[in-house]
Amino acid sequence: MSRGVRNFVLRLLLILGTLAVWEGVVRLFAIPAFVLPAPSSILMALYRGFASALYVDHLWVTLTETLLGFLLGSALAFAFGIAVALSRRVEYFLYPFIVMFQAMPKVALAPLIIIWFGLGLTSKVVSAALVAFFPLMVNTIVGLRSAEEDRVNLMRSLAASRGQIFWMLQLPNALPYIFAGLEIAMIFALIGAIVAEFVGAQSGLGMLMQSMNFTMDVAGQFSVLLILSVLGLVLNTLVIVVRRRVLFWDPSQKLDVAVPEKGGTS
Amino acid sequence: MNENVRTVAPASDVAREAIVVRRLAKRYGSAADAVDALHNIDFTVREGEFMAVVGPSGCGKSTLLKILAGLMPASGGEALLNGAPIAGPRRDIGVVFQSPVLFPWRSVLGNVLLPVDVQRLGRERMTARALDLIALVGLSGFERRFPWELSGGMQQRVALVRALIHDPALLLMDEPFGALDALTREAMNVELQRIWLERRKTVVFITHSTAEAVFLADRVLVMTPRPGRIADLLAIDFARPRSIDIMNTDAFGTHVRRIRAALNAGGGIE
Repeated sequence: MSRGVRNFVLRLLLILGTLAVWEGVVRLFAIPAFVLPAPSSILMALYRGFASALYVDHLWVTLTETLLGFLLGSALAFAFGIAVALSRRVEYFLYPFIVMFQAMPKVALAPLIIIWFGLGLTSKVVSAALVAFFPLMVNTIVGLRSAEEDRVNLMRSLAASRGQIFWMLQLPNALPYIFAGLEIAMIFALIGAIVAEFVGAQSGLGMLMQSMNFTMDVAGQFSVLLILSVLGLVLNTLVIVVRRRVLFWDPSQKLDVAVPEKGGTS
Repeated sequence: MNENVRTVAPASDVAREAIVVRRLAKRYGSAADAVDALHNIDFTVREGEFMAVVGPSGCGKSTLLKILAGLMPASGGEALLNGAPIAGPRRDIGVVFQSPVLFPWRSVLGNVLLPVDVQRLGRERMTARALDLIALVGLSGFERRFPWELSGGMQQRVALVRALIHDPALLLMDEPFGALDALTREAMNVELQRIWLERRKTVVFITHSTAEAVFLADRVLVMTPRPGRIADLLAIDFARPRSIDIMNTDAFGTHVRRIRAALNAGGGIE
């Protein structure tokens, strides 16, 4: 316990120390704010943004886009993952297309998505869903296929139907993989939403950063970046909290190691 | 007392034979490099009888069990359970594998009730029976625990109870205690005998331990590899319940030596 407290204090000191050095360097060498703003001016920008409710509105937009994209992308990934895992035929005909589609850089697709779905919410949700889709689908496939032979034999020896083997064995067995996929999908959805906002949007944190870039408000951009990383952290923690609840039986939950990323990056 | 099974004409005794295996064969691989896992296996198991199958790895005993469980088709011959050919998995067979194969997301009670869920026997009706069986193997108080909270021996007892919950006509056990340490294994042997005396299931028990086979079985089928075939069949007529001390008697040693001789003659011990 005392060791935990000490580590926490050390961590805090490290962050504060870094900020102090940063602040000192900026002031000492009089670095202009449009090159590198001091932490104090970033904090001021953050304060002003929240005080005027400007950040809250844009944060809300981006959060909505991310969560809807996450839900849509996850639902599709789950459906396709199940279809591919259960049917060799579906895998044979569909999988190459999915991989080809995944290989396209989503940043390059974003302008097309804006043209097809407009400047509003829909295009951001579509972009977020597309980016979130692949890692969860791959993990769903791997998870559903990872049922041990002995367990399958046990189910078969009880004269279980194909559906029973799926619901009682394959699906619960795949949950650790599925949650690893959901964790990645959540972060990817945020990236997908921001990418689409960068290309064309009326509101959202990504759009806000773009407009700040035009006005050379670098401190503002830093403050939005800070919000985005905290948002990512919170969303990721959300998935982890649910995972711990659902996967209380999974021994790997006890070791809090990072889950290796199975999907591609975008 | 079971020796007459082999000499009495099958036709007159069919009703009392739970398992009849005739000229059973299993061949793996294509014609060119096929391997005979089982070659003309013939034996019967009477209702309520404890039959042990002993042999070294590669003698086809696990293949035999998979065929009896309906998990694998035979290449030739037939295997009958209560007069009907075993064509696929059946609801009236309970299987215990070498590892407990418990589902970690189910509690002890949940694992025991797996066959009830699969065969839709009704949880309300079967929960009382499950609790009785859990008590029978000395796991009362562990019903709500999860598999990772149990020792290896306890897990295997859960697996045994799971195989009994749907009251199968036949219990197939594939080296169920092979992964346990020697002391736990002896305790489990005594316990299995006690449960068997209480429930009187027909049991086919696969093992590579001659002592375990002699201790538990009414009859021991000795198998040798390449191709998998029956080298000997002997009746063990020690009175039951048998205590673990009979392992030190001369009669026990005689049986074990006869099995070893059969295994050696068949090139079973490498």
